[in-house]
Amino acid sequence: MSAIIQFENVGMRYGPGPETLSDISFSLSSGGFYFLTGASGAGKTSLLKMLYLAQRPSRGVLRLFGEDVVMMPRSRLPGFRRRIGVVFQDFRLVPHLSAYDNIALPLRVAGIDEKHIKSPVLEMLEWVGLGARADARPETLSGGEQQRIAIARAVIGRPDILVADEPTGNVDPEMAHRLISLFEALNRLSTTIVIATHDLPLISMIPKARMMRLDKGRLIDPTGLLRYPPVAAPNEGQSA
Amino acid sequence: MRARSAAIAARNRLLPEGRMTGPMPWVIAIMMFLTILASAAGLGLAHGVMRMQAQLSGKLTVQLIEPDAGRRNALTTQLVRALRSDSRVASARPVPEAELTAQLRPWLGEDMAALDLPTPALIDVALRPGASAAGLRPLVSRIAPQARLDADAGFLAPIAQLMQSLMWFAALLVLLMMVATGAVVVMAARGAHDANRNTIEILHLLGSTDTQIARLFQRRMALDALFGGGVGFCAALLALWAIGARLAATGSELAQLASLPLWAWTILPLVPLLGVLLATATARLTVRRTLERSL
Repeated sequence: MSAIIQFENVGMRYGPGPETLSDISFSLSSGGFYFLTGASGAGKTSLLKMLYLAQRPSRGVLRLFGEDVVMMPRSRLPGFRRRIGVVFQDFRLVPHLSAYDNIALPLRVAGIDEKHIKSPVLEMLEWVGLGARADARPETLSGGEQQRIAIARAVIGRPDILVADEPTGNVDPEMAHRLISLFEALNRLSTTIVIATHDLPLISMIPKARMMRLDKGRLIDPTGLLRYPPVAAPNEGQSA
Repeated sequence: MRARSAAIAARNRLLPEGRMTGPMPWVIAIMMFLTILASAAGLGLAHGVMRMQAQLSGKLTVQLIEPDAGRRNALTTQLVRALRSDSRVASARPVPEAELTAQLRPWLGEDMAALDLPTPALIDVALRPGASAAGLRPLVSRIAPQARLDADAGFLAPIAQLMQSLMWFAALLVLLMMVATGAVVVMAARGAHDANRNTIEILHLLGSTDTQIARLFQRRMALDALFGGGVGFCAALLALWAIGARLAATGSELAQLASLPLWAWTILPLVPLLGVLLATATARLTVRRTLERSL
């Protein structure tokens, strides 16, 4: 499998402060399933922000889909962002839009014809168990319901990469199981999944998933399987 | 068709509704009202200056002061004949005594005849295009050295100059109002951008282009400007109608010179339309420049 995400000696800082992330190098294979763990403040969200192009590295090289996005002109970034689905830790639903319109947002942004939007959105609402709440505004939904809407919005466009920041943090175990099954199903359709989580039982639900751990802004990769440039490893081919 | 209107409705929902609840449409309405009034003043004055120039250019008056009525009449006839035979003159008309008396009556009263005042003889002369009044002076002097020759434009030149200055002043006012409208729109667009920062950020991260986001704002601003422009235009029409009625009531020919001609009425509706275009373009530019500062 080819590398879809490559970090090479990446460092990132907010403003003039110290580096939040330092010397991050890894390579993720297309179609892989990855968990990112680490204590609070380790830099998980910052790393994800670079993945979904909300931040650019302060140094180093970041390649997405084989292209260096650090030096890429702004005008090309929207095209890349449309290929990345994101579940934000704080959901980031548009407050004045209904659940239906929030989920439909990526399709509308991508210019999909309205007649091709209704069916997948309703299907997705049913899938996350909110078929009856299509017209509800986010403020009337519980935290767990908002999270499910956020997940539905992230996956509806069948992205090449799905980035999720604590996607099961506000849902009950049964719903967490259903959501992980959804991520697995997407992964089977060749979507690369990157999930930041503290939830160890969640990680154990996906045996084939790889784990990355961040500690104080540095990547702890004891297996060396994610290192970039790749290190040869048994049964790993190019992914490691 | 239904899918397209659904798509437009969905796009319109992306920014929270709230049109005409904020001050923006009303500020634009006031700006448009003042701009249209200034434009109308400018157009009226321009029309007045043009009419005045058209009416007076190439016209002159020969004034013959001669106490002896017989000699005055003989000289007048001689002058009229000489002027009419000159190739530079289009027409020469002795002003009838009755007309002169009527013109003097407001100053001298009804008993003018009793005063037995000698009145000058006047000859209205219209020149052919390109001819100058100065060229006729030797001809007039040869027949009646005491006759005065006055170009009509000379009498009203200071008024024409005043009207012209006022016209340029009105044009400057229109320009300043347009600049101020642009500045208000810039502030409004920035305010709207800040108020909707969260939504914009989400749209951005979902892959919206700057153009898509700017389009939302420019549409909102265009609607506000359309509403404000419409209200301002209607209010300005009412004001112009009232001013026109008052001007007509004065009976002053000079005041009526500055009345709005038909072509000016076709220009005035373009002012709010220009305002809408200006507001739309300014909103688009402002939002795009703000977005360009983000990743």
